[in-house]
Amino acid sequence: MSALDVVLIVVAAVCAVALVSVVLRRRPPRRLPVSASARRVLVPFSGQLNETVLDAAIRIARAEDAVLVPAYLLIVPLRYDEDSPLKDEVKMAMPLLEAVEHAALRAGVPVDARIEKGRTLTHALRRLWEVERFDRIVAPAPVNGGGGFTEKELAWLLAHAPTETLVLKPMPTGPPRIRSAGRAA
Amino acid sequence: MAAGVGKTYRMLQEGRQAQAEGRDVVIGYLEPHDRPETSALAEGLEVVPRLRTEHGTLELEEMDVDAVIRRAPELALIDELAHTNAPGMRNEKRYQDIDEVLAAGIDVISTVNVQHLESLNDAIAELTDVRVRETFPDRILEEADEVVLVDLTPEALQERLRAGKVYPRDRAEVALQNFFRADRLSSLRELALREVAEDVEARRQSLVLDPLSQQAVAERVLALVTPEPRSQRILRRAWRSAERLGSQIDAVWVRRPGQQLSEEEQVSLAALRRLAIVLGAHFLEEEGEDLVATVRSVVYERGTTYVFVGTPDESRRREVLRGSLVSALVRELPGVDIRVVANRADRPESVR
Repeated sequence: MSALDVVLIVVAAVCAVALVSVVLRRRPPRRLPVSASARRVLVPFSGQLNETVLDAAIRIARAEDAVLVPAYLLIVPLRYDEDSPLKDEVKMAMPLLEAVEHAALRAGVPVDARIEKGRTLTHALRRLWEVERFDRIVAPAPVNGGGGFTEKELAWLLAHAPTETLVLKPMPTGPPRIRSAGRAA
Repeated sequence: MAAGVGKTYRMLQEGRQAQAEGRDVVIGYLEPHDRPETSALAEGLEVVPRLRTEHGTLELEEMDVDAVIRRAPELALIDELAHTNAPGMRNEKRYQDIDEVLAAGIDVISTVNVQHLESLNDAIAELTDVRVRETFPDRILEEADEVVLVDLTPEALQERLRAGKVYPRDRAEVALQNFFRADRLSSLRELALREVAEDVEARRQSLVLDPLSQQAVAERVLALVTPEPRSQRILRRAWRSAERLGSQIDAVWVRRPGQQLSEEEQVSLAALRRLAIVLGAHFLEEEGEDLVATVRSVVYERGTTYVFVGTPDESRRREVLRGSLVSALVRELPGVDIRVVANRADRPESVR
């Protein structure tokens, strides 16, 4: 075996090792790490969600290493069966939910979004927390008389919520930037 | 159409039919008009006691809305939708009472004459020279699940009047000279028929045209989901595409044999099922050791043309050794579009 052969073998071996290491290199983790017992922060809304409220909810979730659960609440009109699909309403909810989800992910907060329905907003909310655990609820109050939960709904929420509940009233200035055509102000 | 055609009778027939089918039916309010046939048909149906109220020297009876809601039947029969309640009642109109009953989750069958429809008020006044004061908003008719026309020819209705089946004979004669003249009844009948035809057409447009357009396109979307939060987005994405295509959508989760779910996974799976209901998607749960083979059989069974899959969560080592899921799907599902739904968390700007 000549010196050239030896050099070629060494070069080939080095290349092979490099190739294998490239192929077998693990990808960076694809998902934001979420432990099984992670806290869950519920942000229920319908029609629109004030950006201030969303920012606050994201900050809370991040500070607590929690999963943010934005939940778009849909009202099923009485003329429909409770399990009817609500395509038109979902069409409005979808982009809003995507925007909320994206904002949370941008901030490094894991998201587990929901669309929940009921005969009323409070009915939808009750159905949601009856089947899922939440460690905190961040409920938006109306601003300038629109958006968020009404006074009555908030009173009900505070009386019945199964967990710590934070009612957040945004500054009454500046229009909300994340909204859909559903339950407008 | 008009008094005496048999609306109350028909309502009771529907109620009895529902009762025979096992539904819990009560009479919320019945106006028998002293018609023995009507009273006979009401026998055997539970009647919610009426609310008595005094107005001057008059003692009036109205439907007891609270009692009906407390009784909580599946179906309440409530006569005379356009009726104006006695002064002092919570609601001015019976249709408002009915709104409350419906809001309590109780189905309602009611009766009304076409001349009470608000939008027809002027037309009715022109046709009959009678201005109807008890009207109800058109939205009530639009919101009804079903509108049934109780039709009778003017001649037959006049015959019923003469026979004293609608009003006492002395009152019937006066009625025949006025509101119940053949020409007026014909006009009312025409209005009622036209109104119901429009209603049927409107419902047909929404119910029939969609399936037709779906058949024309013949696309079907399948979302591959797993019991974890990111699958919510995969299903939502698949739904949006299905909407654009005007196609049906299925969601499938392939469970490995004997696979046990953690509490979190169970919650995620239940949430996916609920989302599927809201979106009108068919949720399938299949068991299979081989994910791709199971998906392939679902695709062929359902006639799927689009498959939505999340970003594969496999390591490069697994990809090299066992092949990637997406490649396997492309290979095993010829003629089917495969779309990979990105995980937003992977975007470089995701974490600030």
